[in-house]
Amino acid sequence: MSEGERKIRVLVAKPGLDGHDRGAKVIASSFRDAGFEVIYTGLHQTPEMIVNAAIQEDVDVVAMSVLSGAHMTLFPRVRRLLDEAGADDILLTGGGIIPEDDVRALGEQGVGRLFGPGTPTGEAIAYVREWHREKTGAANAG
Amino acid sequence: MSTIEREVPSTEELRKELRRKEEELRDLRARVEAWEAEYEKAPKRDVLFTSISGREVEPLYTPLDRSDDDLYLDELGLPGRYPFTRGPYGTMYRTRLWTMRQFAGFATAEETNERYHYLLKNGQTGLSVAFDFPTLMGYDSDHPRSLGEVGVCGVAISSLDDMETLFDGIPLDKVSVSMTINGPAIILFCFYVAAAEKQGVSPEKLRGTVQNDILKEYQAQHAWVFPPEPALRAIVDMFEWCSDHAPSYNPISISGYHIREAGATAAQELAFTLRNGFEYVERGLARGLDVDAFAPRLSFFFDIHNDFFEEIAKLRAARRIWARRMKEVYGAKNPASWRLRTHCQTAGVTLTAQQPENNIVRVAYQAMAAALGGTQSLHTNSMDETLALPTEKSVRIALRTQQVLAHETGVPNTIDPLAGSYYLEALTDELEGEAEELFAEIDELGGVVPGIEAGWFQREISSSAMRQQEEVERGERVIVGLNDFTDGSEEVTIDTLKVDPTVEERQRARMAALRERRDDDAVERTLAALTAAAATGENLVPRILDCARAYCTLYEIRHAMEEVFGAYKEPVFF
Repeated sequence: MSEGERKIRVLVAKPGLDGHDRGAKVIASSFRDAGFEVIYTGLHQTPEMIVNAAIQEDVDVVAMSVLSGAHMTLFPRVRRLLDEAGADDILLTGGGIIPEDDVRALGEQGVGRLFGPGTPTGEAIAYVREWHREKTGAANAG
Repeated sequence: MSTIEREVPSTEELRKELRRKEEELRDLRARVEAWEAEYEKAPKRDVLFTSISGREVEPLYTPLDRSDDDLYLDELGLPGRYPFTRGPYGTMYRTRLWTMRQFAGFATAEETNERYHYLLKNGQTGLSVAFDFPTLMGYDSDHPRSLGEVGVCGVAISSLDDMETLFDGIPLDKVSVSMTINGPAIILFCFYVAAAEKQGVSPEKLRGTVQNDILKEYQAQHAWVFPPEPALRAIVDMFEWCSDHAPSYNPISISGYHIREAGATAAQELAFTLRNGFEYVERGLARGLDVDAFAPRLSFFFDIHNDFFEEIAKLRAARRIWARRMKEVYGAKNPASWRLRTHCQTAGVTLTAQQPENNIVRVAYQAMAAALGGTQSLHTNSMDETLALPTEKSVRIALRTQQVLAHETGVPNTIDPLAGSYYLEALTDELEGEAEELFAEIDELGGVVPGIEAGWFQREISSSAMRQQEEVERGERVIVGLNDFTDGSEEVTIDTLKVDPTVEERQRARMAALRERRDDDAVERTLAALTAAAATGENLVPRILDCARAYCTLYEIRHAMEEVFGAYKEPVFF
């Protein structure tokens, strides 16, 4: 099977102590319905646990749901641990209650798009597809 | 004493009366049928005529929707009387308005204490503590798992020391306090009792509530610590201790709120919550407690969502089902055991980040439904809660919303004013019927705990959430300012609260100072005694109180119990 035929693999993760997983489960189901291969971590994951799972499952994307206000700690830590593990090609994206200023600041630290409340799931799906197309396109060209 | 003075009617008169009624009914049926034919032909708006829960709503309700054997006294009765459909108390808001209780907590105990003084000064009549995630999960502020979450989503309380600061200058014998804590509820409850002790307030004077509803944590909200069996034992320990020592305190608030917020329908919220309630009753009975010793202090907490009538009907159905079961199945004799008392909160999940000012209006309608449903206390959400913790200004508007409702609309003037509405009564009956069907389904699974272990509740809730999301995304369900009536003003322009980033550091310093000055021997002794008690059937409350008084921390106490109880592992799926 060639690289292009492989399904996009996404790890949907709930970092930190927050148990509100309605959003995570809705996005996991929507990603699966969109044809992605989805792995869901379950609750109360540390950044280390998430990065281990991402490497082990060989995912393309880590999508984190953070509603607890701890996003400024959790996103940069996961990004740093991914990079340190040599997985800097994994897209780190997500959603939750994240103020605009923080979204910008996280973007500057290598975090992908972050989706706020009320986002249609199709928007996140399109974003992941587009990112993957660009990435595999670039890889094929190179 | 009054006697029937008028003459007994003759058989002929009775027959005539019956014929007249039959004719009237036939006439009504014919007219309704004609109306239906007309309705079928009429153009209809292209929207879903279903409730937010997906329930089909008829275009018209008439007396035909009430069955003939619905006797008024059996189904509705009077307020404060069995089956309590019309309200838990005889005189309801004529005697006392609902308690206006805003859920609040952020940063450290000092900052939250200031917010409490502000709320009380503004006419709020009770307090409600929001804890941060580390506290909710039983971690101290200086535990590695707490990193980045200390004081962010609520107040950080890691010991009696923090609890004393939280209620500084607030007399705990006068102000009733509700605490939203579940997994480690027994520990925070003991901090609270010990803090009152320090104020010279004995437990029998305490009024208020601790949420302490672990079953809905496994089902929906997910802030657990211990596995179900030891967790349920600790809850029954609290029932027992409170019935002996704190008779005016509610040791549990059986909560549908989180079940609904996680995606459940109104009927699921109603059924799962009440079924959880029955589970707690059965656990108490299994301990050998007298049902009438603890059932009067069981309290409830429901969500008030957007569908106005469905929510009012839900509260009425809840009271009727609870009363009937408590009396008929569990043999309660004290009417206070039959009476369902509830707190309500407007539905956080209905708030939109887009055009956030619209949320003020949503909350106002929801608050009105709560009052028409006969709630005992109410939290109204602030317009900015999808963006951050609320600012003082937005909390004030939310509180003023309740005050306008209470003092300007006339809603509290008469008790259960919508009773007798053909629609509302049909809806109340329908919800009761659906709840009974769900009870049967849960029984088939073997009960609540096996249902949780099999992931049944979690899956039911998730699939309802998915259905609602799809309706919104297909545009079948209009959310104003989100998928319709958008005008470019969706950008957030309101100010939001920023929690001081030095909180974690300050809280760590507080913990270090506490660990330095307390008596280490007392800490070790009381923790060891707790672990020993956990291994026997002894009531844990006195042991944890000893730990609290010795300034053992939350995590130390949790850990001392965990050695015996173990930790909960969730079944993972989506």
